[in-house]
Amino acid sequence: MLESIWVIPAVTFASFWLILFFGKRLPKHGAEIGIAALGIAFVLSCVAVVEWNARPADEVVEAGHETGALEEGHGGAEVDDEGHALGEVQTLALESAVEAEGGEGEHEAEPIRSAVERNLTWFSFGGVDVTVGTAVDGLTVVLLFTVALISLLVHVFSTNYMHGDVRFTYFFAALSLFTTGMLLLVVSSSLLQALFGWELMALCSFMLIGHWWEKKPNSDAAMKAFLTTRTGDIGLLVGIVIMFFAAGQTFDIAAINEAALSGAMAETALVAGAAALFIGVIGKSAQFPLHTWLPDAMAGPTPVSALIHAATMVVAGVYLVARLYGVFWEAFDIGAGGVNPIALIGGITILIAAALAFVQTDIKKVLAYSTVSQLGYMVMALGVGAWTAAIFHLFTHAFFKGLLFLGAGSVSHAVHSFEMKDDMGGLRKFMPVTYTTFMIGSLALAGLFPFAGFWSKDEILLGAAENGYRLFEVVGIVGAFMTAAYMTRCVYLTFFGRYRGHGHPHESPPAITVPLIVLAVFSVGAGFLNFPGFERFFELTENRVFLLAGVEHHSFEVFPAVVSSAVVLAGLAFGGMLFFARHLPRGVTARSGAARAGYSFLVNKYYLDHLYTGVVIGSIKGGIARAAYWINQKVIDGVVNGVGIASKRTGSWVYRHIDQQVVDGAVNGAGFGAEGFGGILRTIQTGRVQQYGALLFGASAVLALTLVIFI
Amino acid sequence: MLVNQFLILGAVLFCIGVYGVLARRNGVLVLMSIELILNAVNINLVALGSLQGPEAAVAGQVFTLFVVTIAAAEVGVGLAIVLLIYRNRASVDLDEVDLMKG
Repeated sequence: MLESIWVIPAVTFASFWLILFFGKRLPKHGAEIGIAALGIAFVLSCVAVVEWNARPADEVVEAGHETGALEEGHGGAEVDDEGHALGEVQTLALESAVEAEGGEGEHEAEPIRSAVERNLTWFSFGGVDVTVGTAVDGLTVVLLFTVALISLLVHVFSTNYMHGDVRFTYFFAALSLFTTGMLLLVVSSSLLQALFGWELMALCSFMLIGHWWEKKPNSDAAMKAFLTTRTGDIGLLVGIVIMFFAAGQTFDIAAINEAALSGAMAETALVAGAAALFIGVIGKSAQFPLHTWLPDAMAGPTPVSALIHAATMVVAGVYLVARLYGVFWEAFDIGAGGVNPIALIGGITILIAAALAFVQTDIKKVLAYSTVSQLGYMVMALGVGAWTAAIFHLFTHAFFKGLLFLGAGSVSHAVHSFEMKDDMGGLRKFMPVTYTTFMIGSLALAGLFPFAGFWSKDEILLGAAENGYRLFEVVGIVGAFMTAAYMTRCVYLTFFGRYRGHGHPHESPPAITVPLIVLAVFSVGAGFLNFPGFERFFELTENRVFLLAGVEHHSFEVFPAVVSSAVVLAGLAFGGMLFFARHLPRGVTARSGAARAGYSFLVNKYYLDHLYTGVVIGSIKGGIARAAYWINQKVIDGVVNGVGIASKRTGSWVYRHIDQQVVDGAVNGAGFGAEGFGGILRTIQTGRVQQYGALLFGASAVLALTLVIFI
Repeated sequence: MLVNQFLILGAVLFCIGVYGVLARRNGVLVLMSIELILNAVNINLVALGSLQGPEAAVAGQVFTLFVVTIAAAEVGVGLAIVLLIYRNRASVDLDEVDLMKG
């Protein structure tokens, strides 16, 4: 299976065409093809995981030996700048008592499973063979599993959620193609091929976000998502080209990583290339400052949001950094600690997005900003050298964020709205399954023991601390606090209090609740894959680049885990005090909007609440969050719009002057020239044979004379 | 025997033929002039062939026979065309036949 992993994207790709051509004639309008294809893809992915797990460790990476020597204390001879940094990291790691394997002095390079590669030559130019192919390693199989599972559940969910939609068949076709894009990206062995998957997703996100394009905001949001990610893709393209030349004319990802880590790349090219690639990542993974498209992308149908946010598209950027980690590691000197661009962008994104999540009233927007914030965690984890933690968080986040989005879809299915303040509240009683699963998802997102988010978030914080990124550990902890608080708010507004909507909400049918339950199981259980002492996940994903770079994996530690749990509990308690402890007769609406300040003054006995509302929330809400929102809307959107308007003007200028005058002038000129010249030639076309004969003989005579004279 | 005389004869015949083709308005005479040109070429072929020796002389004469044959066929076709022009227009004046005027 690992050799022929291309079958997995091929199956979903075939599904796309089958749905497109035959979907409408089938009894379920194409949904059955999509579900069957994703079912096959999921089974094959499981097979791939099992085979990878059973694969013997057959490759020994030398760099591990070097760090081993450093641990023994006589590695001083080979310490350059970077080795020094590595040594420091190593020393820090040594101090940790629970360090499982790395701490043993005699421990040499540990054999790992080598990636399964299979390449074909696509085309050759100038002596360079451009290959397409598949490269399978732990990272790939983990993502295959995640993507196939989430996509399968989203397909199942959509059969009910999208029931009766005008473009039902088309929707399923696009879902299949979207999944194909992500699967293609994760299995590809070359950057050029990965770019295809990447762009395929951009196209599908456009089609799916704008699924209900009859309404202008929806098509605008689709356009915005497409153009914003496109802005980043310029960086990606430039980065790929730089990498191509810097790594000695190859698109092969493994070769690029090797070249970067061995120091064969020129320093300038490496840094410039990594920075350009990272711009692509910023666009795709919705990092600050290109995160604005993601909340707008909520205009799409909810299953699409779940797919985009949980399994595909936005994690593509994180995947790319993880895949090309050698490049980023060297370029940004991740091993050195302190501050680097990747960690910085990730950290900023965590805080900004979490603050914005407080002021949203639309349940999907809360989740959207939460996704941005969680992606910030992943990027920050990669930035601080916690590679496994980032992938692990990607893995667990896929489940609980998929769960939360599908839960929000289930809620909106019942109340026909996404507005938490106007149309929800008290749904706990009406929708027990949705409520329970949504609670599990929220707790997992908040990172409470023993849910999945706890383990992965804790690993990120630990990695930041151990690798010398104390600042980012603090950012992560603050982020955890905010996450817990805004999720409490979201859950409160949706499921507690009094029902504020119209009609009678009801529990959703099995096609919706079953995916929720499956995801809830994973949201609880996925974290245990990296349980201290067990750590299947780490072993599974460990790869060559990881070891070559000398990335250190840190096991669980009790103290930081307790701290982060305490912070999460504090966040939950904070949110709880704000929202649950205020069962006032006037209900939720009284605390919201402009009336809040005056209302708080009236009710003096809730002085504490007033303090929180007025000072803490007020400053966050009124100040930072609104400022951030303002910057979001005015500055960043302004720049984006400005670029849009400028390019539109440039376009029309080019059209008027260059296209109409120069290009058309040339074309018309050629036409007129031919016509005029033809007119002249026409006069010698008399139709008289003898004139032709005269010309013929005259010409022959001239030629003959020339021949005689000159030769 | 000087080959010059034959070549001069050929040149004279050729010039008369060219003059006839270009200047005469009667289609039949134009065809006859073409025959003159061909015969001028034939004389040249035979004369230059015999100048080169017996083998080349035979080759030149055989070539000439081919040209004569083809010329007969050509005249047949040409006269047929002239005949049809005459039937349609009651004239063989080539200046009137300018259907190909652009």
